[in-house]
Amino acid sequence: MTPAHLSALEGGKSPAPRHHILSVLVENKAGVLARVAGLFSRRGFNIYSLAVAPTDEDGRFSRITIVVDVESAPLEQVIMQLDKLVNVVSIGELSPAEAVERELALVTVAVGPTERSQVIQLVGVFKGEVVGVGADRLTVMLAGRPEKIDDFEGLLEHYTVVELQRTGRIALPKLERH
Amino acid sequence: MKMTGAQALIKSLEMQGVDVMFGLPGGAILPVYDPIIDSSIRHILVRHEQGAGHMAEGYAMVTGRPGVAMVTSGPGATNIVTPLANAYMDSTPLIVVSGQVATPSIGTDAFQECDITGVTMGITKHNWLIKNVEDIPRVVAAAFHVATTGRPGPVLIDLPKDISNQTMEWYWPSSVDELDLPGYHPVIFGDPVLVGQAAELIAQAHRPVLYVGGGVLKARAAEALRALADRTGIPVVTTLMARGAFPDSHPQALGMPGMHGHYTAVTAMQRSDLLINLGARFDDRVTGRISTFAPEAKIIHVDIDPAELGKVRRPDVGIAGDCRRVIEELLLAMDARSDEPVVQDLAPWWRQLHDWQDRFPLHYADADGGAIKPQNVVEQLRDAAPVDTVVVAGVGQHQMWASQYWNFEYPYTWVNSGGAGTMGFAVPAAIGAKVGRPDRTVWAIDGDGCFQMTAQELVTASSEQIPVKIAILNNAYLGMVRQWQEMFYEERYSEVYLSPDLPDYVKWAEAMGCVGIRAESPEDVGPVIEKANAIDDRPVVVDFRTDAFEKVFPMVPAGASNDDIVVHPDQAAQQ
Repeated sequence: MTPAHLSALEGGKSPAPRHHILSVLVENKAGVLARVAGLFSRRGFNIYSLAVAPTDEDGRFSRITIVVDVESAPLEQVIMQLDKLVNVVSIGELSPAEAVERELALVTVAVGPTERSQVIQLVGVFKGEVVGVGADRLTVMLAGRPEKIDDFEGLLEHYTVVELQRTGRIALPKLERH
Repeated sequence: MKMTGAQALIKSLEMQGVDVMFGLPGGAILPVYDPIIDSSIRHILVRHEQGAGHMAEGYAMVTGRPGVAMVTSGPGATNIVTPLANAYMDSTPLIVVSGQVATPSIGTDAFQECDITGVTMGITKHNWLIKNVEDIPRVVAAAFHVATTGRPGPVLIDLPKDISNQTMEWYWPSSVDELDLPGYHPVIFGDPVLVGQAAELIAQAHRPVLYVGGGVLKARAAEALRALADRTGIPVVTTLMARGAFPDSHPQALGMPGMHGHYTAVTAMQRSDLLINLGARFDDRVTGRISTFAPEAKIIHVDIDPAELGKVRRPDVGIAGDCRRVIEELLLAMDARSDEPVVQDLAPWWRQLHDWQDRFPLHYADADGGAIKPQNVVEQLRDAAPVDTVVVAGVGQHQMWASQYWNFEYPYTWVNSGGAGTMGFAVPAAIGAKVGRPDRTVWAIDGDGCFQMTAQELVTASSEQIPVKIAILNNAYLGMVRQWQEMFYEERYSEVYLSPDLPDYVKWAEAMGCVGIRAESPEDVGPVIEKANAIDDRPVVVDFRTDAFEKVFPMVPAGASNDDIVVHPDQAAQQ
């Protein structure tokens, strides 16, 4: 598994050129995430990022959004192996062109007197938010398309990033216009 | 009716029709062992938990019913990891119940604690850690349902000791809908459109081969297969997991394909223009180097597990479904082709196949007064045994000779460890097979290396009066490894020599309550087999001192193309 923020920090680039998004509905039971993650490592599939949260009111199901590196294995094989897990209820496949994708990042930046206003300005340009202020640090938040967050991250390289955390992307199908 | 969790577990097993289970008690599973005293279920006390697992597998493979094993927590549970992995690779329905430390102790590194659901996640079809006593009947019913439907496989139920001791109101799920399995929907019937396309491909093929795997046995499809073969005249190869699914005496039977397969079976697949894969999975031991495997063949692939379709080789027609149902649908689709032929004229193909069969039959050099030839032992065992004998093997040279030289006429007469290649499988699996089919003669054909791994279970067999017969092809080596070192490592033999007489197998057998016999020269073989066959009140172990230099042929070297099959040196000139 390659945590999104690590590879993004290394290259400051968008995820692997050929990725797909799987939206996996699972039973909300102990150990289900371990079963899903274990399947990926066991079968030699790579996860680019992963986000998970309960998805219905009574908490019976969770949705796992997995960005899969489809160069590691044919997508169809990933889906069919995943579907064999007893706790996996259904799998939706979203190609990037057909999906609305969003991600959220929190970044703490070390700022001197001059950098402080520059960073605040940059956050304003990206329509982010300053969510924490310290004597010589700022924590900022940015939500948006993953590419936008990549760009923001790239621009922050001119400053001293103390900590950076990205959520990994979540996605839903694009709506039909007609 | 109020009862404890332990009582509910045993009652649930009874509700599932379990008649026998294999196990060994210990601290965390103690509460569950108490109601066994009052249960109709026969419990067979093993000497090592691995034995319990393989016995349950042997039982399942000959009966078609799931095998059940019970162990305690920690090392008891980890000792049965190998059978779970073995059953997972060979799609054998196996139910393991393991004790677990009490729920408040989970995660504290308590005595004999092990996260066995975590350990076995990748080698079970599913597993459950029970945290509420009320869940016990539902989970047991779900475990049997998952283990036996779709692609069968092993499951594990981990039961904490405090849950076993709590009380609950008894109930039993009345339908699958009550099992709380919202994500489990195995397919059964094949898509009729795809079945029609398969019939069309079969009608066009000039060099078709029925590539039959273990899925045909799991689906109980041997009769349907026979009908399909008779209807079409297409040659049949049966993989290591499918030996017995099609009678070896049938004129269309080409034998086993693969690394040590019959020359004609291997080469027919290689030259085929249509492989009809029924419940096989293009295993590397069958395909050889995949990029050069059956280059001209179109592929029809039928498997109950959709994930097998396209996993290794992309099918032209991939049908997810139960082999028996799909074969029956295919026969109906052929009936519907009233105006057109079901197959092409296969006579030219059969001329080619017969030519290969004539030139490259299975072959070994005669003993010529020297050491006993292991292949000859298998032939003599075969000829002296009833035709419905259950044959069990471990893993290695002896396993290949058993598969090659035995004639399998009926399904469920061959028990071996295929995918996992688990040495030590034979002795316990034979015991489980004999428990499942006490009416049958059960011969285990074992190697000396394998035998030493699990022989202690013969104590179980003696004390439980389970009269299995064990033939050790004792070549004093880890023979298959020795063969590879001879052929591919310039005869540099590294850590493969055992010893012909350390241990003394006859004395060891006698110490375990068995009859021990030895055959030291070729003329001993017949009389010794006759003596072994005459004993039916206790286990028999025969120590056949065989030729250490004998190798398994034909052979496709690992990673090589099936085109480069190596035949016996005596046949090389004809190649």
